[in-house]
Amino acid sequence: MTVDGLRRSPLGDLPETLGHGVRLREIPFLTQLNLRLAPGGGAAARVAEVLGAALPTEPNTVTDSGDLRLLWLGPDEWLIVGPDGAAPDTEGRIRTALPGEHACLVDVSANRTTLELSGPGARTVLEKGCALDLHPRAFTPGRCAQTLVSKVNVVLDQLDAEPRYRLLVRGSFARYLADWLLDAMSDTALIG
Amino acid sequence: MLLIACPWCGERDEVEFHYGGQAHVAYPSDPEALSDAEWAQYLFVRDNPKGPFAERWSHAAGCRRWFNVVRHTVTHEILAVHPAGRPKPVIA
Repeated sequence: MTVDGLRRSPLGDLPETLGHGVRLREIPFLTQLNLRLAPGGGAAARVAEVLGAALPTEPNTVTDSGDLRLLWLGPDEWLIVGPDGAAPDTEGRIRTALPGEHACLVDVSANRTTLELSGPGARTVLEKGCALDLHPRAFTPGRCAQTLVSKVNVVLDQLDAEPRYRLLVRGSFARYLADWLLDAMSDTALIG
Repeated sequence: MLLIACPWCGERDEVEFHYGGQAHVAYPSDPEALSDAEWAQYLFVRDNPKGPFAERWSHAAGCRRWFNVVRHTVTHEILAVHPAGRPKPVIA
């Protein structure tokens, strides 16, 4: 028996939902690896070599490497997000860069699920529960943030200028956040 | 609501932060040498100024880093933000 038949996402029954100019869907089981090491050292350089992209050092920014997104979480902490199933290979590759280093790599894929909110109205919907300035002058593709959306801790990642956002949320908060987003999307008057 | 400038993430709402009490309270170098009264003094007694007050905050819903803030306890004006481990800035 494979794990595919046993595992369930927290939002397994959430259909892709269209609103006026906005779309919500779950992307379950994304690979998430939490990496902690000293920035600017030899370990960081070797990790950049095996991943093909540098770990971002500017706060709340993202670098891309093929299928992987490297999110800044703290001055010595990153979240590596990749497609379902990429965890063993990615973890193995990073570990080859870490022998003898003071570093920590943990597979946290089961910690959070991912909601994708996209479309021309996505920013307006998100702004109803998020205090960050999400205007393109302040928040652009390639930026991420750990913040609160409707009182729920999320890792917010903007993928493109449509805009398309990923909200990585802990499993036990996912249902509440999805319901809140669906409710926020149902207010048609706000989409101009 | 206060707008607090996290040294890493920039300005965020106060609800993203956790308060950590007075900053720059050093752990006693030889705790066993302290009398009960001195230990209680270290553990419980804090300044309560009317004016600038250096205090610790943690960006709990963000980067989860601790840092120090000098806040005016009457006006809530934030006069300085300095990283943990650095000396308290001089406030005129």
